[in-house]
Amino acid sequence: MKYRQAYYEEPLVFEKASNDRENVDLDGLVPLSMRRDRLDIPNLPEHEVVRHYTRLSQMNFGIDTGFYPLGSCTMKFNPKFAEELAALPTVARVHPDQDESTIQGALRLMHELQKSLAVVAGMDAVTLQPAAGAQGEFTGLLLAQAYNHDKGEHRHEIIVPDTAHGTNFASAGMAGFDIVEVPSRDGRVELTALKAAVSERTLAFMLTNPNTLGIFEEHVLEIADIVHDEGGLLYYDGANLNAIMGRTSPGKMNFDIAHFNLHKTFTTPHGGGGPGAGPVGVKQPLEPFLPVPVVTFDGSMYHLDYHRPKSIGMVRAWYGNFALLVRAYAYILRQGRDGLRAVSERAVLNANYVRHRLKGVLDVPFSGLRKHEFVAGASGLTAKGVRTVDLAKRLMDFGVHPPTVYFPHLVEEALMIEPTETETKETLDAFADTMAAIVKEAPEVLHSAPHNTAVARVDEVRAARDPILSWRYATSQKKL
Amino acid sequence: MLRALGLRSVDELFADIPENVRLHGLDLPRGLSEQEVVSRVTALLSANRTMADMPTFLGAGLYDHFVPASVRAITSRAEFYTAYTPYQPELSQGILQSLWEYQSLICELTGMDAANTSMYDASTALGEAARMAHRIHGGKIFLVPRALRWHRRTVLGNYTWGGGLLIKEVEYDRETGMLDLADLKKHLTEDVCGIYVENPNFFGRLEEQVQEIREATDSLLVVGVNPIAQSILRPPGDFGADIVIGEGQALGSPVNFGGPLLGIFACRQEHIHRMPGRVIGLTKDVKGNRAFCMTLQTREQHIRREKAMSNICTNESLMAVAAAAYMAVLGSNGLRKVAADCLRKAKELAAAINQVPGFKAPLFRGPHFNEFTLHYQGGYDVVHKALLANGIHGGMQHARHLKELGDFALFAVTERHSNQDIDRLLATLRSVR
Repeated sequence: MKYRQAYYEEPLVFEKASNDRENVDLDGLVPLSMRRDRLDIPNLPEHEVVRHYTRLSQMNFGIDTGFYPLGSCTMKFNPKFAEELAALPTVARVHPDQDESTIQGALRLMHELQKSLAVVAGMDAVTLQPAAGAQGEFTGLLLAQAYNHDKGEHRHEIIVPDTAHGTNFASAGMAGFDIVEVPSRDGRVELTALKAAVSERTLAFMLTNPNTLGIFEEHVLEIADIVHDEGGLLYYDGANLNAIMGRTSPGKMNFDIAHFNLHKTFTTPHGGGGPGAGPVGVKQPLEPFLPVPVVTFDGSMYHLDYHRPKSIGMVRAWYGNFALLVRAYAYILRQGRDGLRAVSERAVLNANYVRHRLKGVLDVPFSGLRKHEFVAGASGLTAKGVRTVDLAKRLMDFGVHPPTVYFPHLVEEALMIEPTETETKETLDAFADTMAAIVKEAPEVLHSAPHNTAVARVDEVRAARDPILSWRYATSQKKL
Repeated sequence: MLRALGLRSVDELFADIPENVRLHGLDLPRGLSEQEVVSRVTALLSANRTMADMPTFLGAGLYDHFVPASVRAITSRAEFYTAYTPYQPELSQGILQSLWEYQSLICELTGMDAANTSMYDASTALGEAARMAHRIHGGKIFLVPRALRWHRRTVLGNYTWGGGLLIKEVEYDRETGMLDLADLKKHLTEDVCGIYVENPNFFGRLEEQVQEIREATDSLLVVGVNPIAQSILRPPGDFGADIVIGEGQALGSPVNFGGPLLGIFACRQEHIHRMPGRVIGLTKDVKGNRAFCMTLQTREQHIRREKAMSNICTNESLMAVAAAAYMAVLGSNGLRKVAADCLRKAKELAAAINQVPGFKAPLFRGPHFNEFTLHYQGGYDVVHKALLANGIHGGMQHARHLKELGDFALFAVTERHSNQDIDRLLATLRSVR
């Protein structure tokens, strides 16, 4: 598809003509010693502000703009009705410290969402508190630790496969655990290596299934036995849950703890980087340790239960990213049992179809089926001096957001492609045709791409060498 | 498409899932039409009472400020809200510039050189600040006020446990509600990596001793701010703060029953390599045009893995865009007017309540921002229920956070409280006693 992104030489808000400053009367309200002399935030006509951000938005690419096959990120259509529901005053203007009698709708919605998520994941109890997937991981590990301490043990190792998302390592590191990495063979966890790694020090093994190569770990029950036999727990990274709804579940695969990315599987918008929501489900033995408060129902009223002596406490303020919980709840109601299963079917079909179309265009390592995503490699092009980054930048010229690149590390020059279920065959064919065309292009065209975006290739090295993170710093150092 | 793959049924796509872990459907209801979903969810939520139909005096970290329609119009641009993290800068200049402007506006408010694009909320920002103070200083003790919202304290505990940090609490002065400096000095040892102080503090009281606290120690000074108050208060940067955090929800986002929120996180330039979270930097494209991109990514989880400054990946970027839009729409004049309104209304309300027999406000003498502590001689539950019965929601009970303040409530006002709201509150308090 022909594509040309808008470009405006749009100044910063600080560079626009500002109206005069006005004084406010603070006499008798704030001691002089505590008042600031000036605040350098410009005073602009409101329509200029709206125009400023409208122009900036036109220099941005979202799912509503075009195809966004960003692997492991599940960039699917965000239904508009969910946006309207989340903006209702009965969501937006309800304070979380209100008396329980005045928040029965919110508590009921949370209680029902917990139950639905527990069904999808095959878990016994769910907390909605974590703000994002990584925070869900961190919460899950704190739960594992609390459970372990409660048994009088002090295990401190977390095992992670080499295909894992970077957050798995970082969450374990942040919780203070030692990390043991296990290698893969044929794109799957190597069982002998896992057996060698598991010991009485193992607190948990973190796994996503299907993994980041889009391959289903068919030995998952053996993996579970290996970990459980040594007294460890099995943690499910839910980033790839979109592949398996109604076909299997973390619970069915004997996982003990699982997080959900509501901004992936349950299609709350990614917001240009957030907010998300990362609920965590657990099997019964871990339930006493869930964060407080827990939403309970006594048959007539919903309550927030803080009296849970074994709870890990809280991982963020209040009860979770509620406005996103509303969207996910509405999405689950809309899809229902058959709709969710159909979501996974179509997501898997689309991924396998694109993979099929790209055979012979790029390297497509590892045989067999994929689930919701797959990883291709561009190492065949390095001989002519073309790298994955060049393909990624060139895809933009055709109105396609590039796939995730250079991850996972097992595949050289990796492109991780997740089409999602909300794309048509026409879009997928157009993407495959575009990829087939650009791999044949002259290296100069690829190296100088993108050509049709707001700006040309951005100098990221310069940004890191001399980090300028604010107007205040830039102007004080005369860097603008 | 199945035919192209040489398959006859969708089931064959799932042949790699072993029989013994297969599910044959989900135990959920059937799907509904969009119209059915909208009416059902709207009806369910109508069991909530809102701050719009029930004058509400809750704050304690979340404030119901008026949000101009332009702010929501801007964050409703689908190019912003349906985008992912801007890993590909050429296609994402819009959100990158918006977030760089957010960072810059936060730096103007706080007097810092750098800000990240957000933490989840103020409580996780506090946890991350303590971890950062430990990384920079090396000491194992982090001091916080005992007068702190309980959830900030418990989140801090969870964020710092793995790093082996010890959290110690500093008392508040029973007369002024400010930090007890004598008690602070008792806690100061070489092993203290950082001190956290809030201005305004948990009681809504302005903390007038930031300068003295800075002078008392070489540890890192972390200051917690209310960004609206910051438009009229001297910035923490003036006092030599190292890190500034705060709850940014007040800048253009509704209270949303507690989420999503916006964790403000800013620091001095010398500390940027130890800062958690995503940051946007200024640079150029190959043609020499000004451009923006994510930078210092080697601090982050996808590169540094277990050695990352934080595990944060998805953050609260859209709330940061809302905050930037809010500050740009209001300008310094509008922000300072909102702050002055809050100050004046809180002061007048406290004085008016203090005239009502059976109530004392504010508990602590000295300047407050938009909140104050109120004593119910009739007992918290009695007054709270009487207010509710009259369609008014009083302040938050202090006892949950500070046991010694059993019959005390924290009352907040914003520019949104009308004179009628306040008259209704006063009339009801008079009738309760």
